[in-house]
Amino acid sequence: MTRNKVFQLHVPEPQCRPGDTPDFSAFDVPKAGEVDRPAVDVDAEDIRHLAYEIVRVTDDEGEAVGPWAPDLTEEEALKGLRDMMTVRSLDARMLIAQRQGKTSFYMQSLGEEAISCAFQAALSPGDMNFPTYRQQGLLVTAGYPIEDMMNQVYSNSADPLEGRQMPVMYSAKDNSYFSISGNLGTQFVQCVGWAMASAIAGDTKIAAGWIGDGATAESDFHSAMVFASTFRPPVILNIVNNQWAISTFQGIARGKAATFASRGLGFGIPAIRVDGNDFLAVHAVAKWAAERAHLGHGATLIEHVTYRAGPHSTSDDPAGYRPKTEAADWPLGDPIKRMKAYLIARGIWTEERHAQAQAEIDSEVLAAQKRAESRGTLHDGPHPSSKGMFDDVFEELPAHLIRQRQEAGI
Amino acid sequence: MARMTMIEAIRDAHDVSMSRDEKVVVFGQDVGYFGGVFRCTKGLQQKYGMQRCFDTPINESGIVGTAVGMAAYGLRPCVEIQFADYMYPAYDQLVSEAARLRYRSNGDFIAPLTVRMPTGGGIFGGQTHSQSPEALFAHVSGLKTVIPSNPYDAKGLLIASIEDNDPVIFLEPKRLYNGPFDGHHDAAVTPWSKHELGEVPEGHYTVPLGKAAIRRPGADVTILAYGTMVHVALAAVEETGVDGEVIDLRSIVPLDLDTITESVAKTGRCVIVHEATRTCGFGAELAALVAHHCFYSLEAAIVRVTGYDTPYPHAQEWDYFPGPKRVGAALTQVMEAS
Ligand SMILES: Cc1ncc(C[n+]2csc(CCOP(=O)(O)OP(=O)(O)O)c2C)c(N)n1
Ligand SMILES: [Mg+2]
Repeated sequence: MTRNKVFQLHVPEPQCRPGDTPDFSAFDVPKAGEVDRPAVDVDAEDIRHLAYEIVRVTDDEGEAVGPWAPDLTEEEALKGLRDMMTVRSLDARMLIAQRQGKTSFYMQSLGEEAISCAFQAALSPGDMNFPTYRQQGLLVTAGYPIEDMMNQVYSNSADPLEGRQMPVMYSAKDNSYFSISGNLGTQFVQCVGWAMASAIAGDTKIAAGWIGDGATAESDFHSAMVFASTFRPPVILNIVNNQWAISTFQGIARGKAATFASRGLGFGIPAIRVDGNDFLAVHAVAKWAAERAHLGHGATLIEHVTYRAGPHSTSDDPAGYRPKTEAADWPLGDPIKRMKAYLIARGIWTEERHAQAQAEIDSEVLAAQKRAESRGTLHDGPHPSSKGMFDDVFEELPAHLIRQRQEAGI
Repeated sequence: MARMTMIEAIRDAHDVSMSRDEKVVVFGQDVGYFGGVFRCTKGLQQKYGMQRCFDTPINESGIVGTAVGMAAYGLRPCVEIQFADYMYPAYDQLVSEAARLRYRSNGDFIAPLTVRMPTGGGIFGGQTHSQSPEALFAHVSGLKTVIPSNPYDAKGLLIASIEDNDPVIFLEPKRLYNGPFDGHHDAAVTPWSKHELGEVPEGHYTVPLGKAAIRRPGADVTILAYGTMVHVALAAVEETGVDGEVIDLRSIVPLDLDTITESVAKTGRCVIVHEATRTCGFGAELAALVAHHCFYSLEAAIVRVTGYDTPYPHAQEWDYFPGPKRVGAALTQVMEAS
């Protein structure tokens, strides 16, 4: 007879903590160009391997290789670089503004710019994103004015959301950007509902949901998956695996599963992992999934493999839970540098033009910041009027809120 | 004795409880290695090991659901929800499960768990880091709801909550973590090290659930408050010169009705203050109780000063927050009525 084992709880731990030398040796970086590109009507069963491999297009020399290499026009490729640089420049300015006390809070997408910028470029007008707080690249790429983003971050007199939301919780319906909730995961399932509505209404628009690696643990992630599996709506479900969820490493949410993408397989949803720091690869996979949705083949799950290069937010200091140099050692490199190398290899970009573009973008961002600050900052005002605090709770102001507003004397 | 912040006092309560009883386990998002985003569990994993203090996946229903299972097994889980605003996915586990386990099994199974969560506003946290959902717990039969207003109470109440054999919701006013914030947001906050209730005894002690504290005796009006609003009320009394009796309820379920009714019988006036929205807020329950039990002593209508019935706004935080000016106006109003 076998003896019963005395149990111990298994608690996963990351390989490295502060003081350790970062070690990504267990992270297998596949060569660019090696993963096959299936037809868009493929069955999830037939591409199980794509949930474990990583689609990569841009190689170390900046060449776009393999079946996923997209044929971007010169203009599209240069816009991609420019959008990413704009996001990074915007983040840098807003980070400083927060440190200067001009607003309460900020969240960067440092190192993750390729994901949202390349993805948005693959959508069509009228499609709808349900982003998290780290997809500012969707807005920038969709052409939303960065000045209005800043107005929101400053909660100033020109804030499109009237000062009601914390910084970065944008909403921009006309730019395919659903209102951000601070509650993790809730919108992943709403996105499936939006796509179901598109199907019910006989429309041709698709929806894209966004969730972090950590937030995939929320029950709403699983709700989204089962509805997407059952009703096959035109939806793209994006997991941004940036390795960290505040202080917890991805193993806490992933558990024993090999990858986040593989979560799709049990639901019969095709799942693809992509190099999230490779603009071309993200764009190609997004196009594939969008085409699949548009042709009525239903949902796709995409895991974007990337690294959160900055702190979680301005309230966070990662020095307390991960090695300081881990970001620098991240094996998939920096998305902007890689896109630049690609453009140079393609012969449509140079170091000089890059430096010039950087200066132009920085001065545009700075000019937008000046204009935004002329409309106020959270610290100094002017703010949206407090009277408006009572509006939009309901379509019409009910009697009890009229009374409370009178009582408030505003 | 040592002067502590509320964060240190809460950490110490964990430490004392974990060292006395190996059945106490602590977990939640970012709670293990890092020690919590507010650092309330810092050092516990290093001291007590991964089996007793660990990080969880981001799933509030999972955190509370597993805590119910562990509690039913015989452990004493004390879990953290990162912000009270994120407890809603766990609400079903609290309402349908934790709160009713004892009743539906006729005591066959019980759920002695503590669910801690930072509550309240004042940090420009907008609608997802500022809510005060205490009434949503108080409304549920079978849950106790505790809200400390200072480090001494925080430690004693948390130890009592962990030792309690029923589920306890432990709401930590985050604006009080580092000092007795009184609503004057433009002024520097006195640190707890300069406040007498920052004095925290070493080792084990409890503050019983269901026992209010009179923070300031007064003859003219009773002010019922808890959490941050205790300090706001004290400031309002100071600034208006109204001789208010400030009662810190400390727990709303169980509720110390005797202290409340004795006070109102003496003062004849009652102002109720909370940060949460007004409609069906806990102030409504308090007002009903006072009206019923002290009807013949009342010389003025009971007044509530609360958050407005809107989501918690970001930029308009200080117009929303029921600060000392609004509480002061209510004090003047009840004194003028009669
Ligand atoms: C329901 C809910 N629980 C907890 C939080 C607090 N919180 C905010 S962000 C975050 C980490 C999310 O990590 P991940 O999903 O990996 O996204 P990332 O920040 O890395 O982009 C947590 C725990 C929240 N916002 N909502
Ligand atoms: Mg993450």
